[in-house]
Amino acid sequence: MNWEVVIGLETHAQLATHSKIFSGSSTAFGAAPNVQANAVDLALPGVLPVLNRAAVTCAIRFGLATGAHIAESSVFARKNYFYPDLPKGYQISQYEIPVVSGGVLTIRTESGEKTIRLTRAHLEEDAGKSLHEDFHGLSGIDLNRAGTPLLEIVSEPDMRSPAEAVAYARMLHRLVTWIGICDGNMQEGSFRCDANVSIRPQGQEAFGTRCEIKNLNSFRFLEKAMHYEIQRQIELVESGGVVIQETRLYDPERDETRPMRSKEDAQDYRYFPDPDLLPLHITADWVEQVRAQMPELPEAMQQRFVNDLGLSAYDAGVLTGSRATAQYFLQLLPLVEDDAKLCANWVTGELSAALHRDGVTEESSRISPQQLGGLLKRVKDGTISSKMAKELFEALWTDGGDADTLIESRGLRQISDAGALEDIVGALMAEHPAQVAEYRAGKEKVFGFFVGRAMKASGGRANPEQLNAVLKRKLAG
Amino acid sequence: MDLLNTSLRQLAAALRERRISSRELASAYLDRIDGLDSRLNAFITVDPERTLKQADLADERLSQGRGEALTGIPIAHKDIFCTQGWLTTCGSKMLSNFVAPYDAHVIEKFAAAGALILGKTNMDEFAMGSSNETSFYGPVKNPWDLRKVPGGSSGGSAAAVAARLAPAATATDTGGSIRQPAALCGVSGIKPTYGLVSRYGMIAYASSLDQGGVIAPGAEDLALVLNTMVGFDARDATSIGRPAEDYTALLGQPLRGLRIGLPREYFSTGVSADVSRAIEESLAEYKRLGAVLVEVTLPHSALSVPVYYVLAPAEASSNLARYDGVRYGWRAARYGDLTDMYERTRAEGFGPEVKRRILTGTYVLSRGYYDAYYLQAQRVRRLISNDFKEAFARCDVIMGPASPTVAFNLGEKTSDPVQMYLSDIFTISVNLAGLPGLSIPAGFGSGGLPVGLQLIGNHFNEGRLLQVAHQYQQATDWHRRVPSLDRTGETA
Repeated sequence: MNWEVVIGLETHAQLATHSKIFSGSSTAFGAAPNVQANAVDLALPGVLPVLNRAAVTCAIRFGLATGAHIAESSVFARKNYFYPDLPKGYQISQYEIPVVSGGVLTIRTESGEKTIRLTRAHLEEDAGKSLHEDFHGLSGIDLNRAGTPLLEIVSEPDMRSPAEAVAYARMLHRLVTWIGICDGNMQEGSFRCDANVSIRPQGQEAFGTRCEIKNLNSFRFLEKAMHYEIQRQIELVESGGVVIQETRLYDPERDETRPMRSKEDAQDYRYFPDPDLLPLHITADWVEQVRAQMPELPEAMQQRFVNDLGLSAYDAGVLTGSRATAQYFLQLLPLVEDDAKLCANWVTGELSAALHRDGVTEESSRISPQQLGGLLKRVKDGTISSKMAKELFEALWTDGGDADTLIESRGLRQISDAGALEDIVGALMAEHPAQVAEYRAGKEKVFGFFVGRAMKASGGRANPEQLNAVLKRKLAG
Repeated sequence: MDLLNTSLRQLAAALRERRISSRELASAYLDRIDGLDSRLNAFITVDPERTLKQADLADERLSQGRGEALTGIPIAHKDIFCTQGWLTTCGSKMLSNFVAPYDAHVIEKFAAAGALILGKTNMDEFAMGSSNETSFYGPVKNPWDLRKVPGGSSGGSAAAVAARLAPAATATDTGGSIRQPAALCGVSGIKPTYGLVSRYGMIAYASSLDQGGVIAPGAEDLALVLNTMVGFDARDATSIGRPAEDYTALLGQPLRGLRIGLPREYFSTGVSADVSRAIEESLAEYKRLGAVLVEVTLPHSALSVPVYYVLAPAEASSNLARYDGVRYGWRAARYGDLTDMYERTRAEGFGPEVKRRILTGTYVLSRGYYDAYYLQAQRVRRLISNDFKEAFARCDVIMGPASPTVAFNLGEKTSDPVQMYLSDIFTISVNLAGLPGLSIPAGFGSGGLPVGLQLIGNHFNEGRLLQVAHQYQQATDWHRRVPSLDRTGETA
């Protein structure tokens, strides 16, 4: 039988606010345990939550970026359950009325473009962390993360393959980092995906029973976990079994998913509106203020690069892969006479390779757009060759400085002077009369021999185009 | 000067004029607590050394001429307000070891005004009760008859003020917890409009109903304390920002033309004859003061008790989830795994009434029951609110009994929770509507026990309510009566 895969994703994006969603504590990552937990985070008797408006602004940005509905009035609800890293005994979330609903995200895969519908995005607080190691059989609780603002983004079950799901996750990741609401750091848990996976016979309309897979902290694990889970479900059903609705945990070391809890153990969270918080009212003014500060979105910019700058769809895609890349490119462009192709080649080529090698993004690039612009200007005006520019790029990356100074100090200026080139060529011809004769007899391959020798003689500085011209003219006799 | 029977205004004047010192005043009350509280059990914590240290600071401030209305005045606080460095138990074993590391907003405000903390008063556990019998620290006795309950949940505050162990005491009111004990103890008590007094640091029972207030002998005392207590607090999202109001401003104005609304439902059934008689007499007094009586109706008031006992437990079941033994408070000494730790801790730490309400609340929020109970109760809550809106179109203030009976016997209703819940039948709807309510002494009923008259105002009409109460207290002296404390259970 042919099986169709159905996947929906629930993503928790940690919002890039300075303080927590309901308290004034810092949200910075990596502090010593419990130093970023104040009375509110510890849920001392008598404390109360107060909403951080910066988190709401993030949600509005997301709603605007996905063309979603932003609720004029939404409600915070309590999700009640007991766990030691949940100090209040409930999590403040949104349940019946989320701040953002609807919206879409367009993905591209090998099979083309596809629009994925979003169900909703709601604000909630994160829990703390339970640490089960290094406490001699006891558990440690770190509440630094408790109360960190999250936007939970839920997609419709619109994806039909792991490749689509990963494309969606990457696209979402690009979007939330692009609009500055999430730092996107997956290792630190700033961007976490849970996947709802089910299968159904090709052509069947009703959904199969789904399993929710958790603990997917990289795109690679997300993809591998889905592949495993799909295979598991197919094998199960084909051998006469039935899929039961449950939450499964992905184990990257064994590359398998294991049951965590089934629907039967599903808790009754007893959601109800939080009486400590008034309904969240978002005025049209607030939305307009946020809209006015929205950056150009990646999709639009990508189109613009193709239409207005004449770049290939591929280059435009790479250049808008992150806001940092796009910003770097856009700063570079005017410095190189708007030569989009040249800039694109360098940003996606040398620069990207160097950044990757150092494991950093454009924001912390060792070569600024100004430095690279200075270098490319000299390529464009013929002062140096592309090959030389690549060497200079490495020098700039390692030692800093600017291209012009390096060109002068290293004597790398191209020899474009016709007289000097003629002298070099003349001397070569005198040295190799046999080859001259061969060329003149019609053996054009010998031309390459002269190019090589002339380049060597010039210390690599000969302007290739001019050298060609001089050689052709002189060899012709 | 009789330090124990002088109004706050006069005490403050005497302090500012240096006729008395704060130390003298505090000592007088501390001595009285020391002498009498073993019989009343109104206080959970008294710390004379700390109080006197605060008194010395207040005296210094007064000597520099920087005294305000409450500078140097000792005030007792219900043990529901977090008080930095003080044991703050909420009347529960669960918090019997909890020393608050921070001050409630209310405590901060009193500290800034230079008032002293006289002690922490006894209360029903987590403010759940109408008789003060659910306290882990044992029941408070009614100073008018030590065999009787003082009412609850602010029974300690009411009894302390009635017996003049404190010139004023803070309290909280979720369904009548200020007005009912004030009535049963023969003192005045006000619950302001929801949102006027910050709930920050006031341990939550039912967040949408809880409101801090004051108990003191007279309305003028209440006004003075309220002036300090009310104010916007950014740490409470339900706190209301309004320009500061002087609650004493209207006190002296006459009542001519005041329209008093009498809800038919508060005078028909379930009120004992002695209470009825006292209320009728006080209404007659109001007529003499120039007021007009009009009949109004609050058709949904019979539903207020069932609505309250859905909503308040629902919120409580969630609010009290934080008491899990993990971070502070009581933790069972012996336990197996995590679930066992939770179960034992909560089984040991909470008393039966708290458990009953957590169970009720958990039930009404459960899948399959939520719509029928919680949502339905919210709908009826709106109807109750609308009843008041319509009534206030026809009158300026609503009056009726604060409690259907005078103080009942200790132990009389502990085995019948529904009977106990019905003692708040006249006070609960005021919380559901978020309105201000006041109870003032209005004579005595059977057994020489006090009767309380309840005054209900429209939102933010505290000033008017206090004026209406004060004018009555200018014409009567019920609020000046002090129990002799000679009627004890032992001699009966």
